Amino acid sequence: MSAPPALLQVRDLNVRMPTPAGTLHVVRGVTFGVQPGEMLGLVGESGSGKSVTLRALMGLYRRPVTVSGTVEFAGQDLLRASEAQWQATRGAQIGMIFQEPMSALNPVLTVGTQIMENLRTHRGLRGRAAAERAAELLDLTGIPSPRARLNDYPHQFSGGMRQRAMIAIALASEPRLLLADEPTTALDVTIQDQILRLLLRLREELNMSVILVTHDLGVIAQTCDRVAVMYGGRLMETAPVGALFREPRHAYSLGLLRSLPGSGARRAPLQPIPGGPPNLLALPPGCAFSPRCAYASGACLGAEPPLVPVAPDRASACVHAAALPSLTGEVSA
Amino acid sequence: MTARPLMDVRGLSKAFPAPQGLLARLRGEPRRAVQALSDVHLSVQRGETLGIVGESGCGKSTLARCLVRLQDADQGEVRYEDLDVLRLRGLDLRRYNRRVQMIFQDPYSSLNPRMTVGQMLREALSVHRLRPRAEQDARIQELLTLVGLPPAAAGRAPHEFSGGQRQRVGIARALALEPDCLIADELVSALDVSVQAQVVNLLLELQERLGLTVLFVAHDLRLVRHLSHRVAVMYLGRVVEVAPTEDLFRAPKHPYTQALLAAAPTLDPARRADAPAITGELPSPLNVPSGCAFRTRCPHAFARCAAERPLPTDVAGAQVACHLYSAPDGAVPG
Ligand SMILES: Nc1ncnc2c1ncn2[C@@H]1O[C@H](COP(=O)(O)OP(=O)(O)OP(=O)(O)O)[C@@H](O)[C@H]1O
Ligand SMILES: Nc1ncnc2c1ncn2[C@@H]1O[C@H](COP(=O)(O)OP(=O)(O)OP(=O)(O)O)[C@@H](O)[C@H]1O
Ligand code: SF4
Ligand code: SF4
Ligand SMILES: [Mg+2]
Ligand SMILES: [Mg+2]
Repeated sequence: MSAPPALLQVRDLNVRMPTPAGTLHVVRGVTFGVQPGEMLGLVGESGSGKSVTLRALMGLYRRPVTVSGTVEFAGQDLLRASEAQWQATRGAQIGMIFQEPMSALNPVLTVGTQIMENLRTHRGLRGRAAAERAAELLDLTGIPSPRARLNDYPHQFSGGMRQRAMIAIALASEPRLLLADEPTTALDVTIQDQILRLLLRLREELNMSVILVTHDLGVIAQTCDRVAVMYGGRLMETAPVGALFREPRHAYSLGLLRSLPGSGARRAPLQPIPGGPPNLLALPPGCAFSPRCAYASGACLGAEPPLVPVAPDRASACVHAAALPSLTGEVSA
Repeated sequence: MTARPLMDVRGLSKAFPAPQGLLARLRGEPRRAVQALSDVHLSVQRGETLGIVGESGCGKSTLARCLVRLQDADQGEVRYEDLDVLRLRGLDLRRYNRRVQMIFQDPYSSLNPRMTVGQMLREALSVHRLRPRAEQDARIQELLTLVGLPPAAAGRAPHEFSGGQRQRVGIARALALEPDCLIADELVSALDVSVQAQVVNLLLELQERLGLTVLFVAHDLRLVRHLSHRVAVMYLGRVVEVAPTEDLFRAPKHPYTQALLAAAPTLDPARRADAPAITGELPSPLNVPSGCAFRTRCPHAFARCAAERPLPTDVAGAQVACHLYSAPDGAVPG
């Protein structure tokens, strides 16, 4: 692994949230890195902690929520940075886009004003120069007649255009890292396809790194370089995307891929993972996936298995990683 | 397939008045309408699963709701065996509603939060007088077993279940009425894939065992391909293509079907497209293009497409509404 220094290196990230029923340990010892220009997919079931991880990276949590570990961005530990340093990084060097653009866009300001606000705060551009650049950004995201659309309010845009506008706002500061939380989940497939191609093109042109959160393995296969699989607040596996789809090294990743339709004959029963998602307040001993796992053995029930290297550029938290079958030919489009 | 269809939909149309601003109202502007369904033709064979796909707002749910009479269609005809569905009233309508059951995407919103599952099922059985009181308990247990819930589930309220279990409750309630046809509107869309597969298997098994006919409305093309015998593709209130599943996925004929399939993310990282399958946004449903509704995004559009609406035509076992297939010298896109 002669990888160049990572742009982002997260180590042992933990997020705890007090609730009336007890403190939820929502993100539990998450460790991963993102290289410059890399697109990393973060995938997992609902409630596995994907959004909370991104929000913690963005520094959006305040007491009583606690965040611990290290988040090293371009050599600086953000969790130990002062509020001012953090502010300078967030927004300027790390941008974020969300599933529902309407919640992130200001309904009473024009799209142009919102882009220009970011240009002023983070790039010191004002007046005509800012307007020029704002139109360029809208154009870059594929909005037709960008100059005229600067004066539109968010509600005058369609869902796909709002998502593009939000990307334009996030890009205004020329971030080195873009955090994208389900950016296409609410969109139709033809529009999703356009937005994903756009993200791929932008990361190419701007050499930006992207963390893409999704629960859609197809989206991961179509866009990401590497993938991190999350379950019950923990990373279960990290791998290059091709390797994961061919040869998952964690029983949960394997179960996830096998449960997708398309792997067997038409109308044949699918292969579900039995049971449901774990209760964070009552996790089983050892591996959090063990109650649902067909490969579980006594070895899985001791201390919680750590994420350890299993091959070049691959890590797994599965005790039986080496014994899992490969999927060649089984999962098809 | 010459058998008489179980359900036959002819020329079904439904419009909704568009929301109108105060200013427009003061100016006395005419109220515009969203044409949610426009001259829809569709037949459903007994025992088959018909998949219905298309982008958000294309009218899938409106179609489903019109078929179970939750909404009144403006025009058209629906035949169910010998029944003239849109004209049914009173007891006949109740009887039809028992035979054709709709299950919703979010059963939570359609399940009464203050009733236990047992009470809900009992109510369904009583309202339709399907079982004498003495047999109801046994039938409730039978239904719970059928959908894979423990007997104790009868005593619990909807919020005590996980998403997948709630879908099972929704299915149990639909099955309580012993329907012959289920209309599943985005039945598993809100569920995680690993749990989705559990509910899909249940549906497959029940269909096998009870000989149910299923209309499966969904936007997950992979799932629709797996479950359906035939698939109908909708675009802006119109059915643009109906074909046997494998034909549709292997050789889509309508340019919109081709674009939709090309845009759907495949699970093969080695097959990655550089450019989007299709450019342009979905037109506003208030401003459906003249002629063919797809012409503003269609790479093959030609003069006739703006002038004339294409009618469904038989093309090698499929029905396709596209001028490329009706024009005498039209080139057929690959
Ligand atoms: N503010 C909060 N207070 C209490 N619990 C929370 C809060 N935010 C998130 N959680 C809990 O933390 C867990 C992880 O949530 P998170 O939003 O990260 O899930 P996710 O992986 O993004 O899921 P989804 O795919 O549904 O978006 C869930 O159990 C959730 O209920
Ligand atoms: N009750 C209503 N009042 C006004 N307009 C409606 C109503 N119901 C549906 N519509 C409109 O009719 C069109 C078709 O809606 P419908 O819900 O049938 O689409 P759909 O294909 O089910 O979409 P989705 O995939 O998002 O569920 C849309 O433009 C919608 O806004
Ligand atoms: S560690 Fe054991 S229980 Fe956990 S996923 Fe691997 S085999 Fe299954
Ligand atoms: S009728 Fe014309 S515009 Fe419509 S799909 Fe066919 S070729 Fe394209
Ligand atoms: Mg989330
Ligand atoms: Mg719908």
